[in-house]
Amino acid sequence: MRNKQRNTAIVDWPLVLLYFLFVGMGWLNIYAAVYNEEASSIIDASQKYGKQLTWIITAVVIVFILFLVDGKFFNRFAYAIYGFFIFLLVSVLLFGKEVGGARSWFEIGGFSIQPAEFAKIGVALALAKLLSSINVSLDQFKTRITGLTIVGIPAVLILLQNDTGSALVFLAFLLVLYREGMSGILLWLGTGAGVLFTLTLIFGPVYLFIALGIILGIGLYFLRGKKREIRNWVLIVFMGAGFVQSVDYVYQNVLEPHQQSRIDVLLGKKDDPHGAGYNTNQSKIAIGSGGLTGKGYLEGTQTKFDFVPEQSTDFIFCTVGEEWGFLGSFILVALFLTLFWRLIIAAERQRSAFSRIYGYSVACILFFHFAVNISMTIGLAPVIGIPLPFFSYGGSSLWGFTILLFIFIRLDAYRMETFR
Amino acid sequence: MHYNRYASRKYLVIGMMLAICLIILMRLFYLQVIDDSYKLSAENNILRAIPLYPDRGYIYDRDGNLLVSNQPAYDLMVIPREVKPFDTLAFCQELGVNPDEFKKNLRDASKYSRFRPSVVVKELSKETYASIQEQLYRFKGFFVQQRTLREYPQISGANVVGYIGQVPRYILDKSDYYSKGDNIGISGIEKAYEESLRGKQGVKYVIRDVHNRDKGPFEGGRYDTLPQAGEDVVSTISLELQMYGELLMQNKIGSVVAIEPSSGEILAMVSSPGYDPNLLVGRRRSETFAQLQKDSLKPLFDRALLAEYPPGSTFKLLNALIGLQEGVLYPGTRFGCQGGFKYGSLRVGCHEHPSPLDLRKGIASSCNAYFCYTYKSILEKFPNAELGYENWREHISSFGLGDFLNNDLPTGRRGLVPRASFYDNIYGRGSWKAVTNISLAIGQGELLVTPIQMANMTAALANRGWYYTPHIVKSVGGDTLFNQRFKEKIHTTVDSHHYEPVIDGMQMVFEEPTGTAYWFRLPEISQCGKTGTAQNTSGEDHSAFIAFAPRDNPKIAIVVYVENAGWGSSYAAPIASLMMEKFLTDTVSRPWLEERMVNANLIDKKPKEDEE
Repeated sequence: MRNKQRNTAIVDWPLVLLYFLFVGMGWLNIYAAVYNEEASSIIDASQKYGKQLTWIITAVVIVFILFLVDGKFFNRFAYAIYGFFIFLLVSVLLFGKEVGGARSWFEIGGFSIQPAEFAKIGVALALAKLLSSINVSLDQFKTRITGLTIVGIPAVLILLQNDTGSALVFLAFLLVLYREGMSGILLWLGTGAGVLFTLTLIFGPVYLFIALGIILGIGLYFLRGKKREIRNWVLIVFMGAGFVQSVDYVYQNVLEPHQQSRIDVLLGKKDDPHGAGYNTNQSKIAIGSGGLTGKGYLEGTQTKFDFVPEQSTDFIFCTVGEEWGFLGSFILVALFLTLFWRLIIAAERQRSAFSRIYGYSVACILFFHFAVNISMTIGLAPVIGIPLPFFSYGGSSLWGFTILLFIFIRLDAYRMETFR
Repeated sequence: MHYNRYASRKYLVIGMMLAICLIILMRLFYLQVIDDSYKLSAENNILRAIPLYPDRGYIYDRDGNLLVSNQPAYDLMVIPREVKPFDTLAFCQELGVNPDEFKKNLRDASKYSRFRPSVVVKELSKETYASIQEQLYRFKGFFVQQRTLREYPQISGANVVGYIGQVPRYILDKSDYYSKGDNIGISGIEKAYEESLRGKQGVKYVIRDVHNRDKGPFEGGRYDTLPQAGEDVVSTISLELQMYGELLMQNKIGSVVAIEPSSGEILAMVSSPGYDPNLLVGRRRSETFAQLQKDSLKPLFDRALLAEYPPGSTFKLLNALIGLQEGVLYPGTRFGCQGGFKYGSLRVGCHEHPSPLDLRKGIASSCNAYFCYTYKSILEKFPNAELGYENWREHISSFGLGDFLNNDLPTGRRGLVPRASFYDNIYGRGSWKAVTNISLAIGQGELLVTPIQMANMTAALANRGWYYTPHIVKSVGGDTLFNQRFKEKIHTTVDSHHYEPVIDGMQMVFEEPTGTAYWFRLPEISQCGKTGTAQNTSGEDHSAFIAFAPRDNPKIAIVVYVENAGWGSSYAAPIASLMMEKFLTDTVSRPWLEERMVNANLIDKKPKEDEE
C-alpha cells in the first residue's frame, strides 16, 4: 500500500459519521421497542437489541475488510459480483426457507440471511460498470435494454420469492438511469401511470374512460390543424385508456385479497381499523401520540404493548415518532436528507463514471427505502414490508446497507487515483 | 474524465428528494402536532381491548324444560408485561388460592404472551371478587373479567348436553375467534352446536392510565362492537324419559337409546354410569374431571354412542327380513331344530323349544337353528360365498349398521360389519362359505354395533323399511329447518310388505307364552321386541333388548344394553318395557318390576376404585 496516508486522509468523514449516528440511534430505538424492565443486561444475546449489537459489531468488521480490498476490485469484478448474487437469488428460490409466506431466507447455523438485501449491491455495481464502459451511452437502444435487464432480473427473482416489497426497491434504479441520460419521458410516464393507477382504483374505470374522453376532446380542440401532435395526443390518451383497463384487470384478477384490502384502506375506500388497516392505524396512533416533543425515551406505550406489529423491524419508526415526537422525527428526516445530499455531492465529484453511477445508486436505494418505509408508517403509502436503512432490526439489511454504503466510501477515498 | 452530459439533472434528483421529505414532514407535523385524534393522552395512556363475552345459548328439552343455563363468574386476568413486583403470598391469601399453582399459572401466562391478557385464577366467587376489587390497583397487571359459567338445573343427561372447557391449544392456533382461557364446547350438544351456542364476541376499547385506572372508552367507543348472545338450542330429548332411564339404569353399566321413529328424534340417550354435570363447573373442575377420568367405570365415556357390542339375537330380525326379500324364505317356511344347527362337525347350540317352527315362532322363541338355515340360504342363493355375502352385507348396511350415521352428535363409532375381503384374508379367496361365518346369523362373530345404531335399526323396523337420520337437536334459535339432512327419508333395501310377518314375530315375543319377553307384556299396549344376549369374551354376557310400541303408528323405538347382566330378558327387556310404558302412558303399572330394576345393583359385583 504505497499511499496509506492518503487513503485515510480523503475518507469522507461526514458520511462515516452519519452512518454511525444512524446505527447508534437505530440500536437505541430497537432497545426501546422491545424494552422491558426485567431483562437485565443490555447485551442480552437472547433479546433483539443484543442480537442487533452483534450485527453492528460484525458490520464494523466488514467495513474494515472493505478498506483492505483494493479499490479497483469492485470495478473489475462488478459483473462477477452481480452474477454471484443472482446465483444466490436463484438458489434461495430452490433451497430457501419460507418465512411468512416468502421464500427468501437462507438458514446458516443459527442465522438467517436474506439474499435480496444484498442483491442491490450487485445491481448497483453492474449498472455502474455497464454505463461507464467506453462507447456505451443510454442514447443507444441496446444499452437501455441491457440496463433494464440488469435491474429486472433480480427484481423478478425476488418477486418469485413472493417478497413484493424488496422487489419494488429496484424501481429506485430508474432514477439513476434518469440521471445518466435515460429519457425523462419515462419518469413522466411513470408519474402519470401512478396517478392513473390511483384514480382508477378510487373511481373505477368507467369514470376514468369518461374523463379521458373529455381530455381527448379538449386536446383535439387545441391541437386542431397540427396533424403530428394530434396523432401523438390520440396515441397517448388511448395508451392511458389501455392502462386504466389493465389496472382494473390486475386489481380484480391478479392481486390477492389482502393486497386489495391494503390498497382499499390506503385510498380510504374501506375503513377497517382492525383488519387490513390495523397495522397502519396502530402505527399512526403510536406516532401521533408522540406529539411535539414525544413521551421520552423508553416511555412509549403504544410501541411496547404490541399494538404496533413488527415494531423493531419495518415499523421501527413508530418508536422514534412516539418517544421523540415531531422534533425527533424532524431531526431524523433532516439527517437522512443530509445523507442523501452528501451522497449526491460525493457522487458528483467523482472523476470516474463508475464511482459516480454507483454513488447515485446508493443514494437512490437508501432514499427509496427511507421514503417508502416512513410513508407506510404514517399512512402515505401501502404497507410494503421494507426496512428503514440502518434502523430496522435485522442482520441482512444492516450488512447489506453497510456494504452498499462503504463500497462507495471506499471508491470515493480512491477518487484521486482512478481515471475511469 | 468520462462524459458527464446530464450533470444538471442532479438538481432534479435532489429536488425530488427534498420535495418528498417535505411531504413526509408535513404529514408528520399534521399527525403529531395538529391532529388530536391520534393523541391518546400526554400521560402514557394504554389502549386495551376488552372482549365482551356473549351469553352462551340455553339448551332446552323437547317439552321446554331448561337443561343448561348460565351463571356469572369472575376470572382474574393478567397481562404479564405490566406486572410489577408484588407480595405473592398476601395476594394468594386474599384470593384463597395455592401460591405454587398461582405462580405456575403466571409463568404459563408469560409463556403464552407477555402482552395479551390470560386467565390466572378462574372463576372467583362473588365474595372474593367483592373483597379484592378495591385492592386490585395495588397489583399492577391484574384485572378481573366477568364471564358466564354453565349451570345445570337438572342432574341428568350429562352425556347428551356435554360440557364446555378451555379452548385447547391446537384450536387456539388455528382459529382467530378464540383466545386463551375462552370456553368452547368439548362434548355433546355443547360441541356439536358450538357455533350457534357461543354467539359472537364483542370488543370494547378502553383507555387505562399507568395505574390501570379506567379512563373511559377509546374515541367515544367508535370501534367497539356489542356481543351477540348465542342462540338457544332445543334438544329432542325428553327430560322425563331421560331421567327415568337413568333411574332404571342406576348401578348398572350400559346404555339406553330411544328414538321417535316417525321423525328420527332421539328421545332419550342414557349412558350409565353417568355423572352430575355440575361437577364440571367452577374452580374444582380440574380436580373432579381428573377423578371422573380415573374412575374405572368410565362415566365420561358415552356408551350410547361409543360402546361397541355384538348385536346378539336381535340381529335375527334382519336376517329374517333379508331372507324374505331375497325370496329364500316365506313366513310359512319351517326349519327343524334338534338342539341346534348342525353342519358337518359344526354345531350352533339352541335352547329347548318345540320344533319345527315357522318364521313367527322362530322369532318369538329366538331359535338359533332357524336363522342359521336362513343365513345359509341367503348366501347360497349366489354362485359363491363372496357374492352372497356382499349382497347380504348391502342389506345390513341399508339399516345404518357398520358405518357412521352422519348425525349431529359430535362423536360416534362405525361399528363393524366386515367386508367379504375380511374373510378372504383369513380363509383365502374362495375357501370359505356360509357356514364359515354362520355366527353372523345370530348376531355374534365379528359383528359390532353401537346402541345408537341399534336404536336406529329398531326405528327402521318400526317404520317398516325407512328411517330418518337420528338427531339430538330439534331447533336452533327457533329454526326447525336448520338441517335438511334430517328431513330426508332413508329407505332400507327390504320392501315394506316383508316387515309384517317379522313384526308379528316381535309382537309374539311379548304375547306368546313361549316368547322371550312374555313376562313383560302389557294388556293395553301392543309392544314388539326382540331379546338379545351378546356374548362377551371377558365376563358375563350383555343383556340386550330392542323394542318399539305401539305396533301401529309406533311412537317410540328403544334399545337397552346392560353389561354383564346375562339374558336379554333379565334386565334389558323389563327396562325397555317400563320406559315405553312411561313414555306412552305416563304411568307405571308395574311398580314391583320398576322397584326390582331400580334396586338391582350390578356394579358392586365388580371391583370399584372410586367409592363415594
